[in-house]
Amino acid sequence: MWKWLNSYADPQRSYNLAGTLLPWFAGLAIALIGVGTIWGLLFAPMDYQQGDSFRIIYIHVPAASMSMAAYMGMATASFIGIVWQIKAADWAAASIAPIGAVMTFIALFTGATWGKPMWGTWWVWDARLTSELVLLFLYLGVIALYASFEDKVLAARAAGILAIVGVINIPIIKYSVEWWSSLHQPATIKITEESTMTGDMLYPLLMNIFGFGMMIGALTLVRFRAEVLARNGMRPWVRELANAEATK
Amino acid sequence: MNRGISYTSAFMTLLKRDLQIAVRHRGDIFNPLLFFIIVVTLFPLGIGPEPNILTRVAPGIIWVAALLASMLSLERLFKADFSDGSLEQMLLSPQPLPILVLAKVLAHWILTGVPLILVSPLLAVLLHLESSSYVALMATLALGTPVLSLLGAIGVALTVGLRKGGVLLTLLILPLYIPVLIFATSAIDAAGMNLPYDGQLAIIGAMLVGSLIMAPFAIGASLRVSTN
Amino acid sequence: MTQTTSTQPLVSANNLTCIREERVLFDELSFDIHPGDIVQIEGPNGAGKTSLLRILAGLSRPYSGDTSYLGKSVHRCRDEFNEDLLYLGHLAGVKSELTAEENLNFNLRISGYDDHNTTDILAKVNLSGFEEALAGHLSAGQHRRTALARLWHTNCKIWILDEPFTAIDKKGVEELERLFIEHANNGGCVIMTTHQDMSLITEPRLTKIKLEYQFV
Repeated sequence: MWKWLNSYADPQRSYNLAGTLLPWFAGLAIALIGVGTIWGLLFAPMDYQQGDSFRIIYIHVPAASMSMAAYMGMATASFIGIVWQIKAADWAAASIAPIGAVMTFIALFTGATWGKPMWGTWWVWDARLTSELVLLFLYLGVIALYASFEDKVLAARAAGILAIVGVINIPIIKYSVEWWSSLHQPATIKITEESTMTGDMLYPLLMNIFGFGMMIGALTLVRFRAEVLARNGMRPWVRELANAEATK
Repeated sequence: MNRGISYTSAFMTLLKRDLQIAVRHRGDIFNPLLFFIIVVTLFPLGIGPEPNILTRVAPGIIWVAALLASMLSLERLFKADFSDGSLEQMLLSPQPLPILVLAKVLAHWILTGVPLILVSPLLAVLLHLESSSYVALMATLALGTPVLSLLGAIGVALTVGLRKGGVLLTLLILPLYIPVLIFATSAIDAAGMNLPYDGQLAIIGAMLVGSLIMAPFAIGASLRVSTN
Repeated sequence: MTQTTSTQPLVSANNLTCIREERVLFDELSFDIHPGDIVQIEGPNGAGKTSLLRILAGLSRPYSGDTSYLGKSVHRCRDEFNEDLLYLGHLAGVKSELTAEENLNFNLRISGYDDHNTTDILAKVNLSGFEEALAGHLSAGQHRRTALARLWHTNCKIWILDEPFTAIDKKGVEELERLFIEHANNGGCVIMTTHQDMSLITEPRLTKIKLEYQFV
């Protein structure tokens, strides 16, 4: 594990690896999200209770599930960065944070938009919406902490510790919010009660979930490459790269 | 020249020093307490004095005020040590850092958490809390405020080197306080309805044990980053 | 650093690179420090003297490279290293709410000493009569001496001192120099920075490591 990781700890190698992976992630993301969204919005059957408004799940559910996955990814990268002291992992964690925050925001926004026709109100203190809101706060905390340090090497380490503390707390927060919401609301309001979805509804959703995952991967790679360049600006290989770009 | 490394004596030495310093700087003890009391007294002025409403919201108000007071007092936990160089000495001491950190947090809790617990019945009277929930209020504060101190110390350790750490600290730490808030207020509510609340207390107790074990390591790691 | 090449180095720096605010302070710096060495890190302001001392002490992490203690990487043996290290930084680590005696007592106790006589030690740094004075009321020099008092009661071999002579009078500097020489002769080492001239510790007893200000 250590040897394998260490070979990618070198900034130049990880930069190049990210460059090779990027087209695959981006291509898959575009294909999956394109097909999934068109299928879901235009061709999937209408929900007999919710009508067309249910179609927002093709954005809402992928964003919500990926927002949590991105936090896990960020915490894993931070953990690798702290335990094995690999700077590239710290940079990866720092690149995921804003993308995850945007995903969380999309999930919240689409959730609220969906809530309006469904419940007649923009916001309900539903367990899932509330935990999503807390997740957004956790993301914003990591981003704000990263932004406050001038020395970005330290910034990445500090944000990494916070991400790990956050990831230990997420299950506790999620559990307590669910418990709290069951305590205060009789179970009349639930977002999708896992009603049996027909395959026609489910497949585009799965495609979009997977596609969102790929999209987060692709965006992270782009940001990661930028982060590597920014942190290694004074290294010779970055200068050569910049000169090569300039003469192109 | 005798030299022996003893965890207990290091822990007690640091605890004693912090208490000694605080006694010579009494304002640090009283200001968060005053803040706690004033915030709570503002609520009846904002909501209205009807006892029914106040009874209903009292647990939430007292606990939210406790969260804020704990946050406010925590900000200074490592500040003085950071600016006079004692923190560096602490990091380089041959004693394990988590033990030293735990001593500092304990000293801080004795100085700020315990007064909150002691003054809470008074605030409960002001807010017309059900008399059956007084014990629950004090029990949740007794188990919950150490959790607040331990979790909060992580945020303080991360921001101690920053010039403008105050508001940032709030953003980092308040989301982590949510579970304590939920279970504590629910225990007090349950007690008000004469229902058993030992389940909630047990969960807060579990959080206390968990944070006692894990937080010192996170605080230590954060301090190493901040003093870098 | 060539006096005692036969023994194992106490501290070595291996290819240390330090980058601060996107500026390379030093690149691939390596050296060994043996028992008996008195080393002065020299260089203009901003050359990275303090950064180097902090990296050697284990407070900062270098961008790349590492430090070792008795041939082992410091990361692997942080506790043993800390037990053998006495570091005094820019900031004295003296609490102004406590008296000189309480400060010294705390510093020694937290390092594990328990049989010291604080009055005697404070007398050695000319603080007799000030034992009960709050450190906040002492002069800058006396404040500094309170921190330096630890040097008279320690069995740490490695002393890392950042500007130990700041605010210390001429006589005090001489006493410190004598202490450093005695410490080095007993198999310890002193790594320090100073802008003051020393009268007793001179070359060849003193070795210098020069850091240049780098614009890149």
